[in-house]
Amino acid sequence: MAKNIPGIMRQKRFVPWMYLLPALFVMAVFIIYPGFNTLFLSLRNDTNSDWASVDCSPDEPCWGIFENFRYALTSPIMKTAFINNIKWIVIMVSATVGMGLLIAVLADHVRYESIAKSIIFLPMAISFVGAGVIWKFMYNFGSGQVQIGFLNAIVRAFGGEPVSWLTEPKFNTLALIVVGVWMWTGFCMTILAAAIRNVSTEILEAARVDGANEWIVFWKIMVPQIMPTITVVVTTMVINVLKIFDVVYVMTGGNYGTEVIANRLYTEMYANYDPGRASAIAIVLIAIIIPAIIFNIHRFNEQEAVR
Amino acid sequence: MKKSRFFRWLEGLPIHIVLIGLCLIWLLPTLGLLVTSFRPVQDINETGWWTIFSKPKGYEEFQSYCAPCHGESGNALPSADLTNPDLVNNYRRSFNLLSSLNSEISGQPHMESIAVPDEQAAANILSYMRRISGIDDRPIFTFSNYIDALSGYRGRNTYSSDCESGQQSLDLFCDARDLANPRGMGRAFFNSLAVAIPSTIIPILFASFAAYAFSWMDFRGRQWLFALLVGLQVVPLQMTLIPISRLYAQLGLNGTFLGIWLFHTGFGLPYAIYLMRNFLGSLPREIFESAYLDGASHWTAFIKLAIPLSVPALASLAIFQFLWIWNDLLVALVFLGGEHPVLTYQIGNMVTSLGSGWHLLTAAAFISMALPMIVFLALQRYFVRGLLAGSVKG
Repeated sequence: MAKNIPGIMRQKRFVPWMYLLPALFVMAVFIIYPGFNTLFLSLRNDTNSDWASVDCSPDEPCWGIFENFRYALTSPIMKTAFINNIKWIVIMVSATVGMGLLIAVLADHVRYESIAKSIIFLPMAISFVGAGVIWKFMYNFGSGQVQIGFLNAIVRAFGGEPVSWLTEPKFNTLALIVVGVWMWTGFCMTILAAAIRNVSTEILEAARVDGANEWIVFWKIMVPQIMPTITVVVTTMVINVLKIFDVVYVMTGGNYGTEVIANRLYTEMYANYDPGRASAIAIVLIAIIIPAIIFNIHRFNEQEAVR
Repeated sequence: MKKSRFFRWLEGLPIHIVLIGLCLIWLLPTLGLLVTSFRPVQDINETGWWTIFSKPKGYEEFQSYCAPCHGESGNALPSADLTNPDLVNNYRRSFNLLSSLNSEISGQPHMESIAVPDEQAAANILSYMRRISGIDDRPIFTFSNYIDALSGYRGRNTYSSDCESGQQSLDLFCDARDLANPRGMGRAFFNSLAVAIPSTIIPILFASFAAYAFSWMDFRGRQWLFALLVGLQVVPLQMTLIPISRLYAQLGLNGTFLGIWLFHTGFGLPYAIYLMRNFLGSLPREIFESAYLDGASHWTAFIKLAIPLSVPALASLAIFQFLWIWNDLLVALVFLGGEHPVLTYQIGNMVTSLGSGWHLLTAAAFISMALPMIVFLALQRYFVRGLLAGSVKG
């Protein structure tokens, strides 16, 4: 990287730092400092007046100074949150990437490609809150004869009993994930479509001439070639899903067994006023994401080597 | 020739069916919201939005029970004209109607050969009669939901009807001042703008400086500093909320615009610098070299060369940052709260407090979606470019 810079452009030593200073200062205050402060707070009690170990009660297990982490890792509500986050990751990531790939491949074959892509992509422009309202209306459950929610109207049309989608523990997390899929498929589709366009048409044509059908061409030639992009999309989606908050907050508030990690953090901080527990949850969250950070830097260094 | 074209079309048919089907599924939820936001409140709760062009509630029952004698329009019998409001007002409840249907008229049973409707059917007939008599006449589409949402109206009728009759609640003025009502979406719209515009400009400005240094200046630690930046991009926002809100409490920045601008700047920067550096770094070296040979300083090269050349990157960055901030709920909830409610905050509040006030909720949601959708559709090219530059090309 450095070797690209011509010698005539060298400058006094402090000049680069003048350009960097505003950005570095703001990032230090808003990202680096809070990181360390959160780590510290996670070891403190709920009023930050003493270490967390004072919250221990004698007849319960105690993790000493890590008492908040006992809550963050073993409490029933956090267990629900972990299980739900895993559900979110498995279902939402596979659905968005799968559907995104499907639509990208199909749209490549039609003339109204750009319109179709815009339609799928449009939910990305909407806030989670707006999407929450849209889907709460779709899922609406009327106790009487009339169903104004589209889904229950369909259920009724097929002779079924209307379902309260958002309070029924069998369906509600899945119902929330559908909203996430609706919003994020466009993102996966756009990136995968760009990758597909970069696949050399000559190789595809050669395979077709050799008698390979579309199915084989897709799995044996297309997918291996765009595999690096798929990995990137999957990583990005996993990070996004881990941080999911707004959908749950707006649609169920984390009730009826739909709790997720980020919503629990918010509840602990701003409803229960326990910064210790909230910080511990935040630390757990960042610990889960650290592999993704390392992966990102690693990938970046690889790309720089190619450059 | 013709045959082969037909076969090609037939081969492509499954693709079209799947793709168009998916597009319809994707559009349907938004369409439902849009249609509902323009319907009168009674209609929203009586029938699904997809029935908008079908006959009103009670039409079927009226046709089978009443039309044989009273006629399709309800005024075939002058003595018992069902479009007469005075007559309909006698039947405010369905059991009134039923008891009158059960009683005899001049020695003959009212319904003669036709069976008397059950309670549900009678209620539907009644609501249809109120419609054709003009007591409860309402249009298919109305703007009143939007007016109510913008002005923060929470009463039982509509903002305009209350204002006409002079019975508005104490905090409504019935003029442009109501757009500033703290409960309304009008004020929230301006708050959202006040949050989003500076929070878009400041980080892009800072990022351009930093990105220039990263691409065209040489200094120690450049490599690892930039690698750190790549890592910072995925740091979850949640982790920083607690320390920053404590810091803000000490500085008195909680609930101020300045506080939220700075926060969004901090969080927008890693991605913004990353994207700008990728763009600036890919500009041809010769341009900068010759500028330098001509005696240009770094400052001149930055202002006269780097900034004008990177307009496409600046555009994608601006769209990204703007949409992200406009749509954000969490940061607004924590740092602004009810002090300066933004659109997302307002809707979030309405969802929890109104429950099923769908006429207000759908209109409010659409008010908040309109601007990002326009921005997105108009500038989609830049949006997609930014997305690709950020996550694939690197």
